Amino acid sequence: MEIFNAHHIVKQFSNHLALDRVSINVPNGSIFGLLGPNGAGKTTLLRIINQITAPDSGELLYKGKKLQPNAIYDIGYLPEERGLYRKMKVGEQALYLARLKGMSKKDALKKLKQWFEKFEIQPWWDKKVEELSKGMQQKVQFIVTVLHEPKLLIFDEPFSGFDPINVKLLKQEILKIKNKGTTIIFSTHDMGSVEELCSHITLINKAKTILEGPIDEIRKTYATNEYEIVFDGEINLLTATLSSQYKFLEHVKKNGRSIVRAKVLEGSSTNEMMKALLNAGTVVSMNEIVPSMNDIFINVVGESNTNDKNKNE
Amino acid sequence: MNKVSIIIRREYITRVRKKSFIIMTLIAPLLLAAMFIIPVWIMTQKDTELKKIAVIEDGTQIFKGVIPSTKYLQFEYLEGVTLDDLKSNFTKLGYYGILYISPKVTYIPNAVQLISTKQPPLDLTMHISGALENEVERLKLETYDIKDLDEILKEVETSIKLQTIKISDEGIEKETSTGIAMGVAYICGLLIYMLTFIFGAQVMRGVIEEKTSRIVEVIISSVKPFQLMMGKIIGIALVGLTQFFCWIILVFIIISIAQSLLLPDMETLSQTPLPNNIMSSSPVVQTQLVDMQELSEVQQIFNNLGNQNWGIIIVSFIVFFLGGYLLYASLFAAIGSAVDNETDTQQFMIPITIPLLLALFVAMGAFQNPDSSVAFWFSFIPLTSPVVMMARIPFGVPGWQIGLSMIILVITFIGTTWMAAKIYRTGILLYGKKPSYKDMWKWLRYKI
Repeated sequence: MEIFNAHHIVKQFSNHLALDRVSINVPNGSIFGLLGPNGAGKTTLLRIINQITAPDSGELLYKGKKLQPNAIYDIGYLPEERGLYRKMKVGEQALYLARLKGMSKKDALKKLKQWFEKFEIQPWWDKKVEELSKGMQQKVQFIVTVLHEPKLLIFDEPFSGFDPINVKLLKQEILKIKNKGTTIIFSTHDMGSVEELCSHITLINKAKTILEGPIDEIRKTYATNEYEIVFDGEINLLTATLSSQYKFLEHVKKNGRSIVRAKVLEGSSTNEMMKALLNAGTVVSMNEIVPSMNDIFINVVGESNTNDKNKNE
Repeated sequence: MNKVSIIIRREYITRVRKKSFIIMTLIAPLLLAAMFIIPVWIMTQKDTELKKIAVIEDGTQIFKGVIPSTKYLQFEYLEGVTLDDLKSNFTKLGYYGILYISPKVTYIPNAVQLISTKQPPLDLTMHISGALENEVERLKLETYDIKDLDEILKEVETSIKLQTIKISDEGIEKETSTGIAMGVAYICGLLIYMLTFIFGAQVMRGVIEEKTSRIVEVIISSVKPFQLMMGKIIGIALVGLTQFFCWIILVFIIISIAQSLLLPDMETLSQTPLPNNIMSSSPVVQTQLVDMQELSEVQQIFNNLGNQNWGIIIVSFIVFFLGGYLLYASLFAAIGSAVDNETDTQQFMIPITIPLLLALFVAMGAFQNPDSSVAFWFSFIPLTSPVVMMARIPFGVPGWQIGLSMIILVITFIGTTWMAAKIYRTGILLYGKKPSYKDMWKWLRYKI
């Protein structure tokens, strides 16, 4: 079941098309990655989901029904361009933002206290925001976003400005929230964290969807059939390189071991390759080289851009 | 609690708590009260230091004893001394100044010199020149050889003080003073102008602050941009009203304290029996009379202040302040939303500043002639009506005019708020390029 669907969203600004029939389907309880290069239209789509702007055409469904204005109480949004009132005290400000999300004062105070304790930032309560570092401010913003326990959380580059320790802390908290059943839409350029956290993605480029689906399937689709085989000691290079089952791509020696990268050719299989390689030396291990999301991103976006160029010419 | 009221609360509380607000609230009425009190105080204060002035004439004795000494001024008429002698011994002799009169004074008005180490005060120079003028006039008249000249002169001498009384439709008479009405009109008009500018600019700065600190996107994912804009405008309006009420209360407290401090000596003075011989030329009695006259003027000022129709003035002030402020504040908010920083606002401020300045100029004319056709029409044009109408009201304006002007103002500010909201909701999310008027016109027609 999907908690949020956007169908064929079109948004035209005065001089450019920001979204061209973009659709996303966010499965309930998933962490959904919304990816794309700068200027692809991610922020516009997120603003449309948050009802900050309205699409020119297209359909938005929340829990299978037409998106209603009061859905904003169910959504928590951490925009990429985020800030706080600089002259206002941290606690007061967190309370204010929580109340705008419809929380009662009592409720908001209780929850804020818990979160401030969890992040060990109680001493900041009476400090002015301008006295905090950027990372500290981001922590406060994170708390404010998740405080009202929304069903759908939208994070736009949540980790920018954090040190690795705090990134880890934040990831843990995001996973905890996810495990409680909250759905998370996650927009970032950091492909490492996409691999780590997301189960589904949609990749948009130049206002169009160019790739979507569960992350495992996508990685399988883009698998190149390449393997890394480690041999103990020297290998018989002549035997190893002469084969119709596979293609030898690379050979390095490291710590008394030979590491080989080979691609299984079409019509063959890993077993066939294995059989042939057993004659070359003592095999220690063999692993599939799965393409990283980073590679997929660069390949797919690059391809889509060259296609566009060819079309224009 | 409604979200707009949460926003209003924040906007109000963060501003009222500021030190600058508290200081302004306390200092402004002190300045305003000082405007009323200091002239009065100066009137009642006399220079208490005795000043000795040496009078010498160039060879003649025409003006001996002509300038009367007063309590604090003593004129010594010296003979057989030259100006140079006096000048060289000036410090030793302890004179405040040397008055040197040349006989040419009858036909050259500036043939009299007052030499002093300090700049002599105005009342001293006026005392001397007045006495000398009278004497020269008398001498000139004498040459015509008219019989009983002194008696004739005394008899024709008249002084008229115009008393203005305003009669209301119900036939109630009130003593008024054009000067006081002008003063009140001036303060009301200027105050509306200043408050609109100060608080309108606060709205603009608030919007820019939210935009540059990038909190705006967080907020408008919870509330509608229109709610945020109205919450800010209303919150700041309440700050303005709070300040205004504090000012009124403080001004009245200060004025009534001043009244009770200044008036008692007046009462004791007016109870002292008038000297029987009013024509007596004794200088002491004369100064006492002058003192009394001045003090009764002070009393009249206070009486006239009380006779102003404060109810109508305060109520229409609040309505016109709110109307004018709401009109301009929404425009200020639209400007704030369109730019990234305060320096970019200059270009867009011009269309706001010009009508406000124009209003102030028309109001200046209205102080002189509140019923002129310019003042009349500008008190209905909504961009100028708050300032101009407030400048007319202390002189008395028919109720229908005030009402009509208010209605036009309300309709207009609803229109401008609607327009500003459209610019605002687009502007707050756009960064980078400074928009042109053409861009803003486009935003007006965006469907969101």
